[in-house]
Amino acid sequence: MDATALLLAATLSAGTVLAIAALGLLINEKAGIVNLGAEGMMLCAAIAGFATVVHTGNSWLGFAAGMAAGALLAAIFGVLVIWLNTNQYATGLALSLFGAGFSAFAGIKYVQEKLPEQARHVLPWLGDLPFVGPALFRQHPMVYIAMALTAGLVWFLYRTRAGLVLRSVGESPESAHALGYPVRRIRLMAVVAGGALCGLAGAYVSVVYTPLWVEGMIAGKGWIALALTTFATWRPARVLLGAYLFGGVTMLQFHLQGLGVDVPPQFLTMLPYVATIVVLVLISRNPRWIRLNMPTSIGKPFHPGA
Amino acid sequence: MLRLEARPEPSRLWTFGSPLLALLVTVLIGVCLFVALGKDPVRGLQIFFWEPIKSPYALGELMVKATPLLIIALGLAVCFRSNVWNIGAEGQFVIGAVAAGGVALLADKTTGPWIIVAIIAAGVLGGMAWAGITALLRDRFNASEILVSLMLVYVADMVLSYLVFGPWKDPQGYNFPQTKTFEAVTQIPRLMAGSRVSIGLLIGLAGAAALWVFLFRTYAGFAQQVGGLAPAAARYAGFSSRKALWVALLTSGGAAGLAGALEVAGPIGQLTPYVPAGYGFAAIIVAFVGRLHPAGMVFSAILMSMFYIGGELAQSRLGLPKSLTGVFQGLLLFSLLACDTLIAYRIKFRRGGR
Repeated sequence: MDATALLLAATLSAGTVLAIAALGLLINEKAGIVNLGAEGMMLCAAIAGFATVVHTGNSWLGFAAGMAAGALLAAIFGVLVIWLNTNQYATGLALSLFGAGFSAFAGIKYVQEKLPEQARHVLPWLGDLPFVGPALFRQHPMVYIAMALTAGLVWFLYRTRAGLVLRSVGESPESAHALGYPVRRIRLMAVVAGGALCGLAGAYVSVVYTPLWVEGMIAGKGWIALALTTFATWRPARVLLGAYLFGGVTMLQFHLQGLGVDVPPQFLTMLPYVATIVVLVLISRNPRWIRLNMPTSIGKPFHPGA
Repeated sequence: MLRLEARPEPSRLWTFGSPLLALLVTVLIGVCLFVALGKDPVRGLQIFFWEPIKSPYALGELMVKATPLLIIALGLAVCFRSNVWNIGAEGQFVIGAVAAGGVALLADKTTGPWIIVAIIAAGVLGGMAWAGITALLRDRFNASEILVSLMLVYVADMVLSYLVFGPWKDPQGYNFPQTKTFEAVTQIPRLMAGSRVSIGLLIGLAGAAALWVFLFRTYAGFAQQVGGLAPAAARYAGFSSRKALWVALLTSGGAAGLAGALEVAGPIGQLTPYVPAGYGFAAIIVAFVGRLHPAGMVFSAILMSMFYIGGELAQSRLGLPKSLTGVFQGLLLFSLLACDTLIAYRIKFRRGGR
């Protein structure tokens, strides 16, 4: 009973990382931009956040630093892709490769550092309930922020005028341009917002989730988040559910290892990556479903007046 | 105010000028970085661009690292030219190394030199099989080759890790996660005494020549690339995009696997968890910086190899982390993509408003 509650709690925490990053990437993709640099942005944000917390002791400043790092890298990516019309895949890849190298370079001094003890977060009354207390109500505030973010994004995308404009830029930039909307500026804002969220997710990993810094510690979470947007057919609520599903798969491996299941640990570590492939195959199998939900102009450059 | 104006046709000058400009930009940023870190920038430049070529031995080491980069990049060029985004060459390299290592472990004192052929064949087939998974899932289920090939990198690393921690661990290895050292007969033949350069370099150069012929002198090579340039035209001409996908992935997988085989049966000589050295990712940069052209990639592979050796020297001589290599590699690709804008656009200066 208690182990199950803890597994559930860990699942929510692991899912939060993926959810925040994937929601950021969703904003990008709704505006028609694919940013393969998620992994690199998360790595740089992880070290930026970690270093900030080491020096200030304040994890919220760490999150802010991570968001700033993610937003800055995304802005560079955005200017290249949106104004210089560079290939989105190649540029994103460059960002991921650069981010991996730069974070390793900048983080070398912080490899042995430890973070100050974190305050425990227990919601009053709710946290004391049997089972659901430890499972749901003793989480880091970021877990609830991710849920609120999902709800906020649903409202923004489908209930506000700004959200409609954002989606139109991803569906048909020509029409949005003809209506007088600054397509490229809107795309840049979406890219920067997405980068900030990827940065927040990266900082959460190094500050809360595994509180330490190791080279390459994001370990593919940025790429899994990219797969999640497809898996969720570009719907925010499904992104959140998918993220928890993957969080569960990630946590299951540790749980099974703890139970002493007789499988080599390497095969358990493989699970999230294999699960990503399986899920991609299942969801992509039906091309009509993908075409119906995918932003039409995703990955295509837009050059006004051409 | 700066404005981009589309050129009537791509500039030939900038097609060749852009990688050089990108290198210049990267070097300038590098100089700033050295100054910011309080290191002598002249010494830094010397370490990256002079030390790797100053003696015959150093040149040999430069070629040792350039060989896998070139071989992998040649395969990736086929992919990128046909608009297939295989970014998991690192995984194909690892599985090629594992397959080749498995064959090499079979050798004993009585084995003849034919084993080398078997090792290389195993490496190629291993890499092809691993890339084949991506091709199959893309072809049959329309799954993104970008994400699948990348996820398979992590899976390949775990396969290697399982083998060297488990069934293939050297019983006499003091419990280190590594296989026994391969028999001397499995060593890929070296070109000359006193240098680690092997026949892999010749294979790489022959591969570059073969790729040039395939891309620019054969009908099949032409058909392969049309799908990447103009999918509609390729469909109209009846060129199969499925065939192009399979050819691209199997070629690049085979090339990456070959590089893996040459690496484990060459400089490394055993399987360890440190076989994946990032060559599969660096080769992506090699391919783009070399303009996806066989001759260009020979030069960019040597350049990228300089970055690797420079990073190692910067660690031992200047006390800087080795990961400096990754920073410069990423910067180079970034600057290249930005400079490539000059191929299709010219910059116009205009006063005043929009």
